[in-house]
Amino acid sequence: MIRNYDKLIFELSKEGRTGYSLPKNVFKENYCPCQLPGNLKRESKPLLPEVTEFDVVRHYTNLSNKNFGVDTGFYPLGSCTMKYNPRLNEEISALPSFAALHPEAPVEATQGALEVYYNLAASLAEISGLAAFTLNPYAGAHGELTGLMIMRSYHEQRGDTKRTKVIVPDSAHGTNPASAAVCGLEIVEVKSTANGTVDVEDLKPLLDDTIAGIMMTNPNTLGIFETEIPEIARLVHECGGLLYYDGANLNAVLGKCRPGDMGFDIMHINLHKTFSTPHGGGGPGDGPVGVRAGLEALLPNPQVKKDAGGKFYIDADEKSAGYVSNFLGNFGVLLRAYTYILTLGRENVKMVGPLAVLNANYVKESLKNEYYLPIEGVCKHEFVFDGLADKSTGVTTLDIAKRLLDYGYHAPTIYFPLLFHQSIMIEPTETESKETLDEFIAVMKKVATEAIENPDVVKNAPHSTPVRRLDETTAARSPKTTYRQLKGER
Amino acid sequence: MSTILEGLRYAESHEYVKVEGEYGYVGITDYAQHELGNVVYVDMPEVDDEVTAGEDFGAVESVKAASDLISPVSGVVVEVKEALNDSPELVNSDPYANWIIKVKLNDPAEADALMDAAAYKAFINE
Amino acid sequence: MLEVAGLKSMDDLYGEIPQQLLFDREFALPEAMSEVEVRRFFETLGNKNAKLACFAGAGVEDHYSPSVIAPILSRGEFLTAYTPYQPEISQGTLQYIFEYQSMICELTGMDVTNASMYDGTTATAEAMMMCVAIAKKRNKVLVSATMNPRVKQVVETYAKYQGVVIETIAEKDGVTDLADLESKLTGDDVAGVILAQPNYYGIVEDYTGVADMCHAKKAMFVMNCKPSALAVLKTPAEWGADIACGDAQSLGIPMCYGGPYVGFLACTNANIRKLPGRIVGATTDVDGKRAFVLTLQAREQHIRREKANSNICSNQSLMALYVTIYMSVMGQKGLKEVCELSYGGAHYLADRLVATGKCSMVYDKPFFNEFAVRTAAPAAKVLDALCANGILGGVRIADDMLLVCVTEQRTKEEMDKFVEIVNNI
Repeated sequence: MIRNYDKLIFELSKEGRTGYSLPKNVFKENYCPCQLPGNLKRESKPLLPEVTEFDVVRHYTNLSNKNFGVDTGFYPLGSCTMKYNPRLNEEISALPSFAALHPEAPVEATQGALEVYYNLAASLAEISGLAAFTLNPYAGAHGELTGLMIMRSYHEQRGDTKRTKVIVPDSAHGTNPASAAVCGLEIVEVKSTANGTVDVEDLKPLLDDTIAGIMMTNPNTLGIFETEIPEIARLVHECGGLLYYDGANLNAVLGKCRPGDMGFDIMHINLHKTFSTPHGGGGPGDGPVGVRAGLEALLPNPQVKKDAGGKFYIDADEKSAGYVSNFLGNFGVLLRAYTYILTLGRENVKMVGPLAVLNANYVKESLKNEYYLPIEGVCKHEFVFDGLADKSTGVTTLDIAKRLLDYGYHAPTIYFPLLFHQSIMIEPTETESKETLDEFIAVMKKVATEAIENPDVVKNAPHSTPVRRLDETTAARSPKTTYRQLKGER
Repeated sequence: MSTILEGLRYAESHEYVKVEGEYGYVGITDYAQHELGNVVYVDMPEVDDEVTAGEDFGAVESVKAASDLISPVSGVVVEVKEALNDSPELVNSDPYANWIIKVKLNDPAEADALMDAAAYKAFINE
Repeated sequence: MLEVAGLKSMDDLYGEIPQQLLFDREFALPEAMSEVEVRRFFETLGNKNAKLACFAGAGVEDHYSPSVIAPILSRGEFLTAYTPYQPEISQGTLQYIFEYQSMICELTGMDVTNASMYDGTTATAEAMMMCVAIAKKRNKVLVSATMNPRVKQVVETYAKYQGVVIETIAEKDGVTDLADLESKLTGDDVAGVILAQPNYYGIVEDYTGVADMCHAKKAMFVMNCKPSALAVLKTPAEWGADIACGDAQSLGIPMCYGGPYVGFLACTNANIRKLPGRIVGATTDVDGKRAFVLTLQAREQHIRREKANSNICSNQSLMALYVTIYMSVMGQKGLKEVCELSYGGAHYLADRLVATGKCSMVYDKPFFNEFAVRTAAPAAKVLDALCANGILGGVRIADDMLLVCVTEQRTKEEMDKFVEIVNNI
């Protein structure tokens, strides 16, 4: 039984087994690291597995069977945009003509790669309505940090050193305040209205000459479009601040409206959400950052530019906010995103947002009798239920999430946003068919029925997964994070 | 339901202080430990650190939550409950015996402004 | 579907949005391409890149990647999963991260590590932030002049916004000037000291006494290391370091024009609570079965918000899987052989270059698989001549200085050709 495979790679180890093949060492006679002075060499032996290539293949294939990806089934994880990751992206990113490039190769030898970078940046600028993009940041959080560095540099270079605070909506994801703190900014929270949008009246008194800017998503975390954004932009600009757009929810409006046109000055995009690059179990992604005209010089170094003759080159601007990465970002991820944009083309980019929004509204309206919908009306790409409509049997959001696993679905995002106690945040994305959505809706209804008729089966779910609910308390009280610790050493 | 001891003073952020002479013992209430669930870690200050009423001096972590510890009094930390490093669950089993820090108070009368047991009882039942 | 959603037209989906915000023209993008066209497109672009035998290093090396890795990474169950938030259906990801953590600790000798970082530069910046968080009231961190400048630039950028002061420890004869380090520690205001191993010039530095020097002044000792070399070199733990960090690209990850790679950040048990990012731990399920789960999450940004140790949300999971598979197939023996081949090739090439009389070693210090040479001709000219012959000859670090790196991928023939070209300039 595949499901019962529970070995660690270390437990397959047999002394002397190997799985590699290397060329013959023709230098051995004369040169060997054993010639290094004794005190520079390691004394202990690393306890690495000794296994064959076949052992490795079988082990990790078995591990993969204990995992759930978008390729496995529907993955309505709110705020994460788990859309299909086309295989062509993978093929292109593995092309040796790109994969074998060293970052220090002369630009004459990397014109193709620089063209990819330059044109992808230009495509993102067009799609988002901003002037220029860096593709250097590695992830969404990293993009946020980079964007805030640009914000601070903008004020500082104008000699305006008082602006040390950034406004963050109380509904925002924890990354926003965390990024602001890493950037040395103080956080000021602005309240939400009953429907989760920024309370403009609460915002007004916060705006003074200590405000560097505001961080927002639009649509917000509840999937609600901030219709007052033009007014918010006017107010923030008037007080001298900048608007930062967290691209977490860009998929909702992709092709339909652009952050630049909404009045945002700086933004990041998650290529691994909106532009179909795989999440990879938590990375690598890429978090390009865009700016409006006038802020281009502040983008992180190195910067890719094109000269009058059409030749690409790498530059470092002294006004730049700094260096945030080893080189030009996760280049392999850039190739995937560029492939996606070319595959969609100008005509299909316009369909992404509308289809994602249609799918979300379809699921929302189909389930709002069984689940409590705190905010009525048209949502964007995602929406939030506040638990079951009937909570009398004590079945919680966690129980529902776990029960969905039994039915072969990944759970939605749960207990976020914090505005509600039993949040279930559902984002179907545009790549799911009506049939898939209908099956999911049927299962969600079934779970709601089970919650009333047989609550214990839901409360004790999951039942059919490779492992069941875990003891997270012991894991946190006495952490065992390595094989040695597991064996009781160290 | 929650245990509330007479003679202690309570803050709205659910810390208590037990004043003995010029010293105060600060911990979290039974109500707070119950709300937080299984405590997995207590982030404590060091001896000689200053604490200020209304400002945080550490945090209590459960598996998926963390709660700042807000000092109800001002003074200097003279002792921390070392046992919590290895056994954070003591905060769950007896939060009053397992105070978190012992503070040499700047002004023992400062605690008088906090809630007494009756007031705290009313406060958590609201 | 519109009907179920209670809407009349697709436009109604955006009905609440002010008209002036709606985008109503064509995008200035190419028309949709078929697979055939996309392939042709990238083939053409790829042809604008030159294929060169790589003798460049400076933190990114051309290592052998076992063929077994790519097919495993391309499995959709790994590739298209998100963060393991639902551990019951994410044991694959969680277990390989646990294995990754175990192996990184084996190589570095450290007690604990996180689930990985974006790359070596940001991992080192996070190490700097850890030092400041642990030291509490100190905000100065020392970085050796022998640190890779790419790493230093990122550390300095992060530090600038945090109000942390970075001071450079002087270099002397290609290595960290330990007397300068000692004098900079006298102020009792240093939170941490960050040194490199091997350093930027490929030199294996002797850090005897450094740990004591740092600890006497209550400063953290951080080592930025190349993990592939740790199969042979004294580990950060053996040097007495508190934190080890770096980039694991050297563990077989393709160079791919700068990324994706994977950063690692490891420390002693004492500092586990200050370690940023995700950490996987072992536990059991309700049936008592061994299982793995994200643990110590209350340190992280989604719970602690602005008080979190870092803003990092994700890790570089798939690349962590990459190096985990690499370390599994290579084992300790394979890693050591890679070191021997790289070391052997580098020393052979260095000797041959010096023998031409047109190059000399810049430093007389033990080096690993990378070295700095002074060239009689301008370094740019040397690189151009090599490039014209299909060789990326290294990284120019001064007008007359090259940093040359050799890995197991380079053949003796390529090295002899390298030498011949240099000799003919």
